[in-house]
Amino acid sequence: MQFERREAPFISPTANVGSIMRHVLYALIPAALAYVWYFGPGFIFNLIIAGVFCILGEAVMLHLRGKQIEATLADYSAVVTAVLLAFAMPALTPWWVTATAALFGIVVAKHLYGGLGYNLFNPAMAGYVMALIAFPMHMNLWTAPRMGDIDYQFMTFAETARFTFTGTLPDYLSFNAISRATPLDVVKAGLNNMRTFDELRAFPIMGDFGGRGWEWIGNFIAIGGVWLLLKKIIRWQIPFGVLAGILIPSGLMYFLVPGVNPSPGFHLFTGGTILCAFFIATDPVSAATSNKGRLFYGFGIGFLIYAIREWGSYADGVAFAVLLMNMAVPTIDYLTKPRIVGHGKNKAGEP
Amino acid sequence: MSSPAATYDLGKLYGGLRLPAEKTVSTSLEIQEVPIPDQLILPIAQHVGEPAHPIVGIGEYVLKGQLIAEPYGSLSAAVHASSSGKIVAIEPWPVSRRYGENAPCIVIECDGDDRAIEPPEDIAPYNTLEPRALRQMILQGGIVGLGGAVFPTGQKLMQATTLPLEYLILNGVECEPYISCDDLLMREQAAEVLGGAQILMHALDISTCYVVIESDKPEAIAAIGEAMAELGDKRIVLKQVPTIYPSGGEDQLVQLVTNLEVPSGGLPTDVGCVVQNVGTSAAIYRWICEGEPLISRVTTVTGPGVRSPMNVIARIGTTIADVIAFAGGYNDEAEQLIIGGPMCGKSVTTDRVPLVKATNCVLVLTEAPVYGNEQPCIRCGECALVCPIQLLPQQLHWYAFADDEKKLRSYGLTDCIECGCCDLVCPSHLPLTASFRNAKVRIQELADEKSRAERARLRYESRNERLASENELRELQLDQQKEAARKAGPSAIDEILKRRKRHDEDAE
Repeated sequence: MQFERREAPFISPTANVGSIMRHVLYALIPAALAYVWYFGPGFIFNLIIAGVFCILGEAVMLHLRGKQIEATLADYSAVVTAVLLAFAMPALTPWWVTATAALFGIVVAKHLYGGLGYNLFNPAMAGYVMALIAFPMHMNLWTAPRMGDIDYQFMTFAETARFTFTGTLPDYLSFNAISRATPLDVVKAGLNNMRTFDELRAFPIMGDFGGRGWEWIGNFIAIGGVWLLLKKIIRWQIPFGVLAGILIPSGLMYFLVPGVNPSPGFHLFTGGTILCAFFIATDPVSAATSNKGRLFYGFGIGFLIYAIREWGSYADGVAFAVLLMNMAVPTIDYLTKPRIVGHGKNKAGEP
Repeated sequence: MSSPAATYDLGKLYGGLRLPAEKTVSTSLEIQEVPIPDQLILPIAQHVGEPAHPIVGIGEYVLKGQLIAEPYGSLSAAVHASSSGKIVAIEPWPVSRRYGENAPCIVIECDGDDRAIEPPEDIAPYNTLEPRALRQMILQGGIVGLGGAVFPTGQKLMQATTLPLEYLILNGVECEPYISCDDLLMREQAAEVLGGAQILMHALDISTCYVVIESDKPEAIAAIGEAMAELGDKRIVLKQVPTIYPSGGEDQLVQLVTNLEVPSGGLPTDVGCVVQNVGTSAAIYRWICEGEPLISRVTTVTGPGVRSPMNVIARIGTTIADVIAFAGGYNDEAEQLIIGGPMCGKSVTTDRVPLVKATNCVLVLTEAPVYGNEQPCIRCGECALVCPIQLLPQQLHWYAFADDEKKLRSYGLTDCIECGCCDLVCPSHLPLTASFRNAKVRIQELADEKSRAERARLRYESRNERLASENELRELQLDQQKEAARKAGPSAIDEILKRRKRHDEDAE
């Protein structure tokens, strides 16, 4: 009998990229629902716009590069980029800002570097930072969370759609009425104005640790993140590194000089800390590759987030921290190569 | 069940995988004997070293157990006739060791009488022999490592004794899925296995032997334990290890049992260990105590493509087709024929290849892994987590793709044991192990080429140097002679010429 010749091993792998990315998407569903609950339907529009332009950008680039379009879209990586971008954008963002960010992330940060697996920078964060620098005015429209005793303005689905696509608010609302400083902004400005952290914590928008509403979204993101850890889609090193990188310096400063430094809990539960730890920094393509390297990489991101919040001019620093550490990845990889078995442990001939 | 004397003081093994065992499909029956085939195909190279030299001619009648090819050159091993019959050809034949290439084989047409050569008059008990003589004897038996590496055992023992040794490790860790021949061998021939261990300890002058068996083989553990109790040899210790692939690799087993790492490019003897497969041990026992050379072995015939999976004892040289036919033949879904296990085995295109000393498993699969749906590496690092050598397959893959020899070396390509774990966890379905195999060949070629070029350059340079220095010397001597002549003046030159003339005349 005749057979075909193949190469060992003869057992097929079980995991595939598409299923990994789909798991990431499932893990974000609770957080997305919480986001819509607290900050209105703007997130849905951001998600749709980011999704359409990410997929469109990916398809066009694949076509231009002569690659298979359908098979590659099935890896869901463009969708993950879109979702992360939607989480990063303020709830009320004009469509063209989101679209530009999405296209920049996919076309420039991903495909011009060679597509999935070859991109040096996290596409979602690259797109976000581009929009943040290019359109700072339009990246600032945060609303207050929908909670009974907070002064918030809720916009309906139709009103949000109208704003997103035309940039006009309903007649009865003004930008001043609807936009609110984020807890990070409040604390940053407050501390600069010689207030103490305890004073600021008494504000109605502040919750147990961070901002109200924000904390709950953080919890839901963490649930998704832990599920990914249990499913072994992500490993503990990067989330641990990020959290340690932000909690250790902030904890130290808080316990040394509590008045003028936000608590570690505040750092953890505001801004994008938890999202970054479980979903953004864990993007394998742009992360360090060895276990030890991933600890350093995560820690570097955490520490940079803290540093930017503390000493930078931006309220939050997740995107900058991630991009800066992306740049450091080749060096981290080079410096953290694991010891190969049989090299330099016990000397030859000495049992 | 309580396993006798099973201990767990184990070293650290990195990575590895828990694979579906698939062993029970072939362990329900006892070892079955494959009848003498019509033809035996005996490759003269069934071991790692140089091929053996045939010492029989076409048309010659040979007996079972007769030496038909003797070791020649380094790491060579003898080949014996597995049954009686006439040599009909010595010709190239497809074999499993090399892909798509034929290798010289001695073909015996069996007469079915199975007449054996006269056993030696009196077999001296092994412990009356000098260890050195014992090692020489093992060399004559054509015995090679039956775990699959087929390193000639005699040479292994001789090399080993040049270093201080501490442990003999009998490898009963059959970590690849489907394979169960060592399991069955230990169940049914435990006494032979331990007898071989005693011979090996004597030949190596070692006083500790670990018999290492995986935890998923309770019957084998019980059988070995019983045989140990009967033997009462306190030097032999049974060790049970967890079932993790690839803990049965020689270096991995040493690491697991002694917590010592075999140095890169070295051998277990560098850390005082000699590892032998349990089947090899039984073969040594049969050769030294019963006078039967290595002419048969236990092989697992299994897989979803075989009608009745089982373990068989077959004569070396029986074709795979005969072995499969004995196991009920292929079923309709048979798709792929593999010699060896599903992780490290070799796929062959034809079942005309003979069963050789290395053949521990004949595996017939019904579905083959699909190629062509590879995606780019997303650097998830799962491959690095399972690598037992702690390599970074994702980086190696990158450098193999870029053909970057320097990086490949510094990232430890040559340390890769090709266990295949990385392929199994890769979400991008990259053929990592295959690409490392190719890259290894390539960097070996490059090294060969380099060393050839280097040798040529050295030769050329040394020739130039030699010519130059000869020239210099000649000129120097000439100058000296001229100088001497000048100093001596015309009368001295005349004197010299006269002396020369006289000398010539004398010579005549």
